[in-house]
Amino acid sequence: MTATDAPLQQHSIDWQTGRVQAIVTETSRVKSIILQPARWSGHWPGQHVDIRLTADDGYQAERSYSIASPPEEQLLTLTVERVEDGEVSPYLLDELRVGDALEFRGPIGRYFIWNQTRGGPICLVAGGTGITPLMAMLRHRKMSRPNIPASLIYSARSLADVVYWDELDTMARGDLNLRLVYTLTREHPSDWNGHLGRVNEVLLAENSFTREQNPTFFICGPAGFVESISSMLVKLGFDPFTVKTERFGPTGA
Amino acid sequence: MDRPPVSRGFKSKRHRSETAGLPPGQYLTTDFPVLSAGPTPAIRVTDWKIALQLGGSLLGKWTWDEFEALPQTTITVDIHCVTKWTKLNTVWQGVSFDDLLKVVGLSEPPDAFVMAHCDGGYTTNLPVADLVAGKAVVATRYDGLPLAPAHGGPARLLVPHLYFWKSAKWLRRLRFMPRDEPGFWESRGYHNYGDPWREQRYDGD
Repeated sequence: MTATDAPLQQHSIDWQTGRVQAIVTETSRVKSIILQPARWSGHWPGQHVDIRLTADDGYQAERSYSIASPPEEQLLTLTVERVEDGEVSPYLLDELRVGDALEFRGPIGRYFIWNQTRGGPICLVAGGTGITPLMAMLRHRKMSRPNIPASLIYSARSLADVVYWDELDTMARGDLNLRLVYTLTREHPSDWNGHLGRVNEVLLAENSFTREQNPTFFICGPAGFVESISSMLVKLGFDPFTVKTERFGPTGA
Repeated sequence: MDRPPVSRGFKSKRHRSETAGLPPGQYLTTDFPVLSAGPTPAIRVTDWKIALQLGGSLLGKWTWDEFEALPQTTITVDIHCVTKWTKLNTVWQGVSFDDLLKVVGLSEPPDAFVMAHCDGGYTTNLPVADLVAGKAVVATRYDGLPLAPAHGGPARLLVPHLYFWKSAKWLRRLRFMPRDEPGFWESRGYHNYGDPWREQRYDGD
């Protein structure tokens, strides 16, 4: 925690209606919604928006979704995972169409954020769709200061569940300052030569810079994942203040 | 405010009665999701102390055993997280803020605001009026069991009528202050007061 965590924000964050420009299928459970905001004053990688759905009888449901796009882009990308029995994510995945209006407000959050002015190194640890806000950071890094040392440790159930696989692959290729490590926890292809199983202390220690390099950690994923990774980092001797977490709750629909 | 646009094709799967009686924008959960900004501190009760302060001076300080010996209050309340879940009828036990004042010999609060200080450096600010008259407890048990570290154990503040980030985890110190100052989340985009019924989630709400 530092005094410089927060860019100032005085105005209220009003609801606005964005237009859906495109919907991209990322995996069998995940889509990206690309949205044209009515107005947008920019955001920091790591911030989120709130989406609000209204039924014709006036019933409303609100949920938060992380922004996956970097501030350099005009359109906002929200990457949404299906929550079984959820009421907002199934709508966004199954019902929403290009051209639809979507009510939202943002950007929100001034803690789990990073931009190039903060420098590095940064170590990002993603569990499943916890990659979303971290992807905004990586995309921003690539478009601003790709020489900032960064590593991404990405834990997914299977290769087919890895979101942004191609883009990450392209990003890491030829970028000596970006280290990309996958671990697959449930299924893996027979020719997989990456890591298997849950992220452990060895994997973390080998891919997260040294204490002397003073990395900042951004960990995002399910609560149990975040809990275990952040405790391991503290055990490895990293300052808890450098470990920022965002938990995607099991009920976040 | 203008009427919000109807979302084409959106039908509530939930019956209206499920959100009737909840603060605006909230939905019901039966889980107990965990949210915090960083690692969960590992705190042994043998090392634990909690203090009540007026500015820089100490009004009272308790070890775990001393705190456990204070009058205990059990309350059943609904809790509302700013991330939109609401959990009904949660049962907590601990020491009420009113009893803490009594124990240190104060008949009324000495200042109008309180800053809650926690392990990990987190803080949250509250008007004293929101802590007195049975409105707040320093909770050490949830559902009859010692409070799990991920949920703020050994002790957390519980101020259920405000968004749940005000119910600061890993509480170590309650400090009276004459003027309001923003705490950790309050200076990072979240509302200074956080009334769920007025949907005061973020700055400017």
